[in-house]
Amino acid sequence: MHAENEIHFRDAAAKALQDPQLRANFRRAMDGLITKRKAQFPDPRDLQDLRDLSTAIRSRSLLCLPELLEQLEASCTKNGIKVHWAETCEQANELILGLLEARGAKTMVKGKSMVSEEMHLNAFLEKHGIEALESDLGEYIIQLDGETPSHIIMPAIHKNKDQIARQFSQKIKDAKYTEDVDELTAMARKVLREKFLRADAGLSGVNFAVAETGTLCLVENEGNGRMSTHVPPIHIAVMGLEKVVARLEDVAPLYSILTRSATGQAVSTYFNLITGPRGADEKDGPQEVHLVILDNGRSRIYADPQLRATLRCIRCGACMNHCPVYTRVGGHAYEAIYPGPIGKILTPQMEGVGVRHDLIHGSSLCGACGEVCPVEIPIPEILVRLRREATHEDLGSKVAGKGTGRTATEDWAWRLWAGVIKRPGLYRLATWFATRFGKALPANAPLIKNWTQSRTKPVPARRSLSERMRAEGVPHE
Amino acid sequence: MNGTKPKKVYFYGTCLVDLFFPDAGMAGIQLLRRAGVEVVFPDGQTCCGQPAFNCGYFEEARDVARTQVALFPEDLPVILPSGSCAGMMKVHYPELFHGQPDEAKVRAFSARVYELTQFLVDVLDVKLKDLGEPVKVTWHSSCHAVRDLGLKGEPQALIGQLANVELAPLAREYECCGFGGTFSVRHPEVSGAMVADKIADATATGASVVLSTDGGCLMNVNGALEAKRSGLKVQHIAEFLWERTRAR
Repeated sequence: MHAENEIHFRDAAAKALQDPQLRANFRRAMDGLITKRKAQFPDPRDLQDLRDLSTAIRSRSLLCLPELLEQLEASCTKNGIKVHWAETCEQANELILGLLEARGAKTMVKGKSMVSEEMHLNAFLEKHGIEALESDLGEYIIQLDGETPSHIIMPAIHKNKDQIARQFSQKIKDAKYTEDVDELTAMARKVLREKFLRADAGLSGVNFAVAETGTLCLVENEGNGRMSTHVPPIHIAVMGLEKVVARLEDVAPLYSILTRSATGQAVSTYFNLITGPRGADEKDGPQEVHLVILDNGRSRIYADPQLRATLRCIRCGACMNHCPVYTRVGGHAYEAIYPGPIGKILTPQMEGVGVRHDLIHGSSLCGACGEVCPVEIPIPEILVRLRREATHEDLGSKVAGKGTGRTATEDWAWRLWAGVIKRPGLYRLATWFATRFGKALPANAPLIKNWTQSRTKPVPARRSLSERMRAEGVPHE
Repeated sequence: MNGTKPKKVYFYGTCLVDLFFPDAGMAGIQLLRRAGVEVVFPDGQTCCGQPAFNCGYFEEARDVARTQVALFPEDLPVILPSGSCAGMMKVHYPELFHGQPDEAKVRAFSARVYELTQFLVDVLDVKLKDLGEPVKVTWHSSCHAVRDLGLKGEPQALIGQLANVELAPLAREYECCGFGGTFSVRHPEVSGAMVADKIADATATGASVVLSTDGGCLMNVNGALEAKRSGLKVQHIAEFLWERTRAR
């Protein structure tokens, strides 16, 4: 039995591979990001020290997550930030709609937020007559074309300059065609400035929320985050419930490893620490600040001691930048909010391991992701665990969709395989046949025909090593 | 090993070397023997169980692993001509047997496991004398050898000892060749794109041989090169080292 409505990564990936422009865009961009990250970590020991520290901070935060969330709510409330809790995306959307409608808001500007992507917030608000405009340049570019992000940090990375030039000249009113990057940026800036000044509300994500001080930290490069959170009269921040850390001093190392891992920057251009609405004696800032804390499957992930590591993620995107699969197929092929290696472990846990069975297997387990992860999430290990969960329903876990990827064919194949491999006599017989008749196996036999799509058929040696050892003994020369 | 070199080791062929690269297995044994080590090759070797483990079929993998561990009862190093299989036995066996009644026994076994070049360099400190013609080679580092097992340039160090061998570095040396076991047949398009890039990078080095320590990578890269009718060859590092240094 295959899970109903299983999403086939293989098909989408195969299609993406047919697009040479897409492949060139990703390869160039990812190679650049790998080089820039590397330049930020010249000393492997320093890197390892910072990874150890960052991992410890994130692990410790998760260890006391319920307490920290309560503390965060109390600190935020003290600062005048109203905290809201949402178990599902639907609840979070309704909550935000309620806040906007109560204030008669018709337009909202958004800083970059992956959680709002998770909620499909823009589409939801538009259905209710509220314009949600993305103000991050990359997000703005893809919103013009009705696309979704192809990367969690650089959402429009699948497009090159020429493609954006054409798009702007067609989609932005009175825009002239230019391939000059500064002119293109200025064009978007002009549109967005207007919107910032007139927007009824602003929305942002949260990189870290500090429980002790009730501070919302926001990392960005364009100043649009600051505009979205400070100019409109109401600021709504949305975050996944795992984003909390205990103390302000926890932020510095995480911030440092985040920007260096993500874009190879020592620091980002802007770093916002938001501690509440405009004070009585202050001239600017929003009149209201709201924080929406979303679960959406996270507490289920949290409950599993091994899978909990997934929630350490600080959304730097280094795993996708270094992934040989992502680099070749790009983000859209994953047909998910979070692409790349982190998406490969997060999406199946949120949506179910059966519907995403093909995605879980879309990895060579090369380990490049785990090697660069700033908080040492063992992504390959978790992938193996999820493969196991997909085909076994009786492991005592709470993994979504467990066992629904099981097929009789695969079950029997592994049973048969083990049955032969654990019996040296049978193995000996099998290799005897393979060495004598392996050549005769047709290249279009099942599985072999997948292999021979890009390779010649492997031909076994005439005599196996074991057979030669039995015949000749360990060689003496 | 506190400076005392072991006098006797076990050799574990691995299924891919057994079936596809027996010469590499033979060469590995010869290299060890020449370094003054007695080699024991227990009969009944099959596979380390990695394919089932990587797919999440742990019971099947454990069944297989138990039969293999039982073949190596004496407290001797176990040498494998494969980084991936050595990684499985050294790093993943302890995970696989976590909480099992025989966990301690398996852990003791895992601690004795080495990849061949690792053992030749780090334990035996072998010195090679090149007797071959000048040749240019490139090196493909297998992902599991580096990232699971933690190889730190031992194969390159051995190649570096050969006076007539020029080692041309592969662009993106640490990028996967696209094999990934069942990945290569479950996701043949992505896997195919990865190996196509790998052989393009290998060809661009101008080398005449691609060397690696892993049967899976070698089979993958070789298949792709053959399909393109490339003149570039692949060879297991053990075979390459032995051929160039054996007395004729």
